[in-house]
Amino acid sequence: MAETVEVTVQRYNPETDSAPRLQTYEVPYKDDWVVLDAILYIKDHLDATLSYRWSCRMGICGSCGMNVDGHPKLTCSAHLREYRRGFTVEPLSNFPVIRDLVVDIDDFMAKLKSVKPWIVRELEQPLGDGEYLQSNNQIDHYRQFSQCINCMLCYAACPVYGMEPEFLGPAAIALARRYNLDSRDEGTVERVNVLAASEGIWECSCIGECSVACPKGVDPAKAIQQTKFDTVNGAIMSTMLMPFGNRR
Amino acid sequence: MEFPLYDVLIVGGGGAGLRAAIAAAETDPGLKILIVSKVYPMRSHTVSAEGGAAAALRPEDSWENHAFDTVKGSDYISDQFVVETFVREAPVELIQLEHWGCPWSRDPDGKISARPFGGMTTWRTCFAADKTGFHMLHTLFQTSLKYDRIERLDETFVTSLLVEDGRCVGIAALNQRSGVMSAVRAKTVILTTGGNGRIYAFSTNGNICTGDGMALAYRAGVPLKDMEMVQFHPTGLPSTGILITEAVRGEGGYLTNNKGERFLKDYVPSKMELGPRDIISRAMVTEFEAGRGFAGPYGNYMHLDVRHLFMRELGLDYVGIDIVHDPIPVRPVEHYMMGGIDCDITGATSLPGLFTAGECANVGLNGANRLGSNSLSECLVFGAAAGRAAAHQAQEAKAPTSNPVDALLKDETRRVEKKYLESRQGTEKLAEIRVEMQRSMDEHVGVFRTAEGLKEEEKLIAGFRQRFARLKIEDRSHVFNTELTAALELDYMLELAEVMTASAINRKESRGAHARRDFPKRNDEHYLANQIATHVPGGKPKLEFRPVRITHWQPQARTY
Repeated sequence: MAETVEVTVQRYNPETDSAPRLQTYEVPYKDDWVVLDAILYIKDHLDATLSYRWSCRMGICGSCGMNVDGHPKLTCSAHLREYRRGFTVEPLSNFPVIRDLVVDIDDFMAKLKSVKPWIVRELEQPLGDGEYLQSNNQIDHYRQFSQCINCMLCYAACPVYGMEPEFLGPAAIALARRYNLDSRDEGTVERVNVLAASEGIWECSCIGECSVACPKGVDPAKAIQQTKFDTVNGAIMSTMLMPFGNRR
Repeated sequence: MEFPLYDVLIVGGGGAGLRAAIAAAETDPGLKILIVSKVYPMRSHTVSAEGGAAAALRPEDSWENHAFDTVKGSDYISDQFVVETFVREAPVELIQLEHWGCPWSRDPDGKISARPFGGMTTWRTCFAADKTGFHMLHTLFQTSLKYDRIERLDETFVTSLLVEDGRCVGIAALNQRSGVMSAVRAKTVILTTGGNGRIYAFSTNGNICTGDGMALAYRAGVPLKDMEMVQFHPTGLPSTGILITEAVRGEGGYLTNNKGERFLKDYVPSKMELGPRDIISRAMVTEFEAGRGFAGPYGNYMHLDVRHLFMRELGLDYVGIDIVHDPIPVRPVEHYMMGGIDCDITGATSLPGLFTAGECANVGLNGANRLGSNSLSECLVFGAAAGRAAAHQAQEAKAPTSNPVDALLKDETRRVEKKYLESRQGTEKLAEIRVEMQRSMDEHVGVFRTAEGLKEEEKLIAGFRQRFARLKIEDRSHVFNTELTAALELDYMLELAEVMTASAINRKESRGAHARRDFPKRNDEHYLANQIATHVPGGKPKLEFRPVRITHWQPQARTY
């Protein structure tokens, strides 16, 4: 008999279940499999009713985030060999569950839009005049914050978001920071209202779980701390330099 | 019942769809635009493209050179007028994307940088580190949020196009979250649903690449073009099919056989690793057959050696390959569909009101073989063109009335419910049919084809379709029923597999990616043409050839 591994999956179908339940499956163990392969095996061979999202298998589309043994992971990048003794898969924490492993991320989609994640400029250079010049050094200022794949692992890891669903959250703040740091952007002032609002950066209690959870090396905790610093500095500067002007 | 009405409705939220939406919004800020996607747009498969986007931006390059490389790469069945338009527009689109914030990698002078790529004679592939598609997609998606007139229906699966009086008037779709079928009226519809690589078992494509838009258009009577032209990328990881970007060869990686030889010297001596994908894939399979491949648990493979390049990261650490010390095992993998929905240079199809762009379309750019890095630029150039053309048409068009839509939706709802959710008679398992289709397509409609294998595949597909009619759906619930959406997708894929196989049988020559062992030569006398496949309800696809448009470049032998 080939080697197997026990996979326990949280199931929930709002049409038939009053509460989530756990179901265990026995899945072949393969050394080069990832957790997602085990879930695909369940769907194809053991239980066609299991629902989850997935697509690219290469850690870039951000679809297949789930809690594996309580930790938020991209299941396409979580190796089965690290879970040889069996494991539990649950939907990402802190989100409403639609069904089984599928969570509702509409809240993030609205928050993303609220931070204006696009280039804001007073004057657009005509396309015929070519690109805005930018050095690789200038790209390095914002590069890591541009790597966010919106996989939601950081929201699942964030204890503050778990308690205060209004919190803007790690990815949205990191993406706001990405644009604020871009030499082509002039939108910092427009974003400050959302970032410095009561649900913005000041909600964060600096636990840093978001940065630990991120599978793409983004450091949202750093983005939040930098933004706090800039916001305070900006406020002090404007009071000192223009005590009566520049009131918005 | 009143159904929501939009001026421009876009099916698919990847590179082409988002670019089309923004173009429509900029053409006329008064238009109401809707993006309907079966996933959240940032999950679209554009995200996986690594290498880059081609445009003749650099002073030493010219649009003529880019055009010639593309035409030659296509083995002379691209539409040369389309190619010329494309190469002139591509630089503008890349700069537009730069203005929207795409973090293109730069030269020391701060300008957008470029790298060499297969089949391109000069450095013309612009890139954003090793994540060009990811950055393009997120830049477009985030920019699209700026336009309040662009609305979205995420995770909504389109089951059919609504056609009334010979015009496309909207869509019927399944809301995956509620399981409810609904209709949306639209003055114009743009299909930008991407490729269909999941028809194959060994593919770089994500799970969502199931050819939905191609099948939707085909069933609505719009022809598909050159469906035999499937690109196999030379460097997929043997186990999963995950792609090793062509940029690795661009940067100087070697392909070696089990004798340690850079075997491409016998196939594309002047280009070596920078040869086009179709030729390198064939060279690899030929070497395998001569016993010069490495044997592994997933079949034969070659070595892609980058040890001399001192590259550190390719994102491969998680598959357990140490690229500093070991060569990377690779084998040819299904990657891209050159074929697609027949359309003109504005994306307009033969069905009034229906447009298309991106991989699901075949505007005539790629012919029999696409050059790497032309497809991202294609999404931008022709996504924008389709968005503008649809916007202009919507400004003039009358709003479709709700009455016929009501009847069409009722029929469609009945069809989906009855076929999938109510039937208790079924015995066939979805996953089994899908896996058998994928494996047989790998075997018979792969890098090399024969009449025998293709005819065998034709029979097999007919069998799969019969079994599909006896499908048993185990999941009867409405909320996020992924077995149901997988069944709808398999239905699309079986339809397309049939067209691809029939088209491959009917092109009795070898050209670009279509390599027939029984007809190993290119035959310009008969097949310097695009193959058009039209749906015949209840019958086999109707196939005919249409001569290509040649402007400047007469066909020559395609050697490198």
